[in-house]
Amino acid sequence: MNQLIAKRLLQTIPLLFFVSIVSFVLIKAAPGDPVLNFVTPNMHAEDIERVRHNLGLDKPAYVQYFIWLKGVVQGDLGYSLVNHKPVLEQIVERIPATVGLMSGAIAIAVILAIPLGLIAGSNRNRFVDKCINMFSYIGISIPGFWLGILFIYFFAVKLGWLPSMGMRTIGVTSTWDVIKHAILPCSVLAIGFLSVYVRYIRSSTIGQLKEDYVQIQYAFGSSKTQVLKRHVLMHVLLPIITLLGMSVGDIVAGAIVTETVFSWPGLGSLGMTAVKGLDYPLIMGITLLSSVMLILGNLIADILYSFADPRIKKMR
Amino acid sequence: MNRTKWSNVLHELYHNKIGLVAVGILFIFTLGAIFAFLAPHDPNKLNALIRLQAPSGDHFFGTDDYGRDYFARALHGGRISLLVGFFSMIVATFIGVTIGVMAGYFGGKLDNILMRLVEVIMSIPSFLILLLLSIYLKPNVGNLIIIIGFLMWMNVSRIIRAETMTLKEREYVLYAKASGQNSYGIIVKHILPNLIPTIIVGATNTIASAILMESSLSFLGFGVQAPAATWGSMLNNAQGYIAQAPYLAIFPGLLIFLTVLSFNILGDILRVGFEPKLIKK
Repeated sequence: MNQLIAKRLLQTIPLLFFVSIVSFVLIKAAPGDPVLNFVTPNMHAEDIERVRHNLGLDKPAYVQYFIWLKGVVQGDLGYSLVNHKPVLEQIVERIPATVGLMSGAIAIAVILAIPLGLIAGSNRNRFVDKCINMFSYIGISIPGFWLGILFIYFFAVKLGWLPSMGMRTIGVTSTWDVIKHAILPCSVLAIGFLSVYVRYIRSSTIGQLKEDYVQIQYAFGSSKTQVLKRHVLMHVLLPIITLLGMSVGDIVAGAIVTETVFSWPGLGSLGMTAVKGLDYPLIMGITLLSSVMLILGNLIADILYSFADPRIKKMR
Repeated sequence: MNRTKWSNVLHELYHNKIGLVAVGILFIFTLGAIFAFLAPHDPNKLNALIRLQAPSGDHFFGTDDYGRDYFARALHGGRISLLVGFFSMIVATFIGVTIGVMAGYFGGKLDNILMRLVEVIMSIPSFLILLLLSIYLKPNVGNLIIIIGFLMWMNVSRIIRAETMTLKEREYVLYAKASGQNSYGIIVKHILPNLIPTIIVGATNTIASAILMESSLSFLGFGVQAPAATWGSMLNNAQGYIAQAPYLAIFPGLLIFLTVLSFNILGDILRVGFEPKLIKK
């Protein structure tokens, strides 16, 4: 087991290296000059060159890459080209907002998906299954940004129940205020996750109900609810582990659109600002962070999976 | 690919009302996109006198903040959205099938290298890369198709690889091998035809995700540039008028949603239609 973890961890290093090169090349190839962020109308050409030199942008691209990489290894992700703040600090600042929002959404999704998936799977092709199925189709197909806009229209503009943007009301510091701001973006995200989860749990419930052990339980006189609760549930938890692992990888990228719609001050909107401003140290930092999460998410899922199902360990 | 599989699909579709509705929607939207030029108004004609008018007999979807006919814009926007969705799917399916078949059929080192490659590409956060690329390659329809296509083939290749691995152990393939057919002939004559159901199901789902991706990108302002409209960019613009003119947000979003929903439903019907055969093996 330890060997497996060590092996997988080692595999992630070249992977990350590759990711960093790809994103660096892309950013360097992008048109637009980051130095322009610092230029004021009455600056001379020499001044502009001095700014370029101070930012290290006059060095060849590969040198810039190695300087950046050297920093990363030492825990220094560089400074934003736009607001000059350390990249690491900006990212760390934004983590709670995004992680809070996402983990709330994922938690709600899991809690609802388990019963819904079990009900749908054990009532295959009946009316209730069809309803749940239709719901999950809708949830998968609905663009998150549209759902967000609709929510804003109904709950914020029309009914005025909830705030439509941001994370706090200015001057208010209560937790309740944050929760109120989080309800809409969190629901949008939760609906997306929920519909995916329900489909997986439904199909694995259908699979499990065909297994011999279920038939035996029935033969011994267990009721359907008992079988579902005591036996099927345990097996159904397996795909959830994988799904959670995948969701972890999706935290940053998945949040971009929703955070933009609701102006939620998290990593997603930070990423958007960075991309728009061609702020390459910041883009690199965020790309790297989300790759790490993607890779770790899959790694954790794999490891948990092999704990939960020893057969998988043997296959390796 | 034989006739029974298709008749299964048709049978499945015929008995599935929701499926018929989905096919109908896609049919109408496709016609709308193809014949967008027949729209009663010019999608880019500005008219300050009729800004933000609610839907009416003359302007079915109302007018936007520049007084442009929203219905015409939606039709032309659908053209781009559907075009990008369809051709990204072609790109993704082509790459995915090629790599999947090669990895699955030849196995060994090649399989190892290709699947590592898939793994590496999958560990790059694709949406961020999409954003970066769309800055780099001034997004026009062609570029968008290529970018989205290149970001979406990995899942297809994994499924195709697995399917190929089981297909190549079938007796008729072993027989063809024993009778001296070369690999190319076997793949073209025996493997690919049997992959068609899997490819079609995958392709349907890929279109749905590609359309969602394109619209998210346009929504964030990185898609095809103004004045051309896409459903995503129309929504982006509508956000600012949500209180005065909610219909500006409702129409394009509804169109994206119905398109993606229909493709997803169709994909599942195709899967079920092809399945009886797949299960029997």
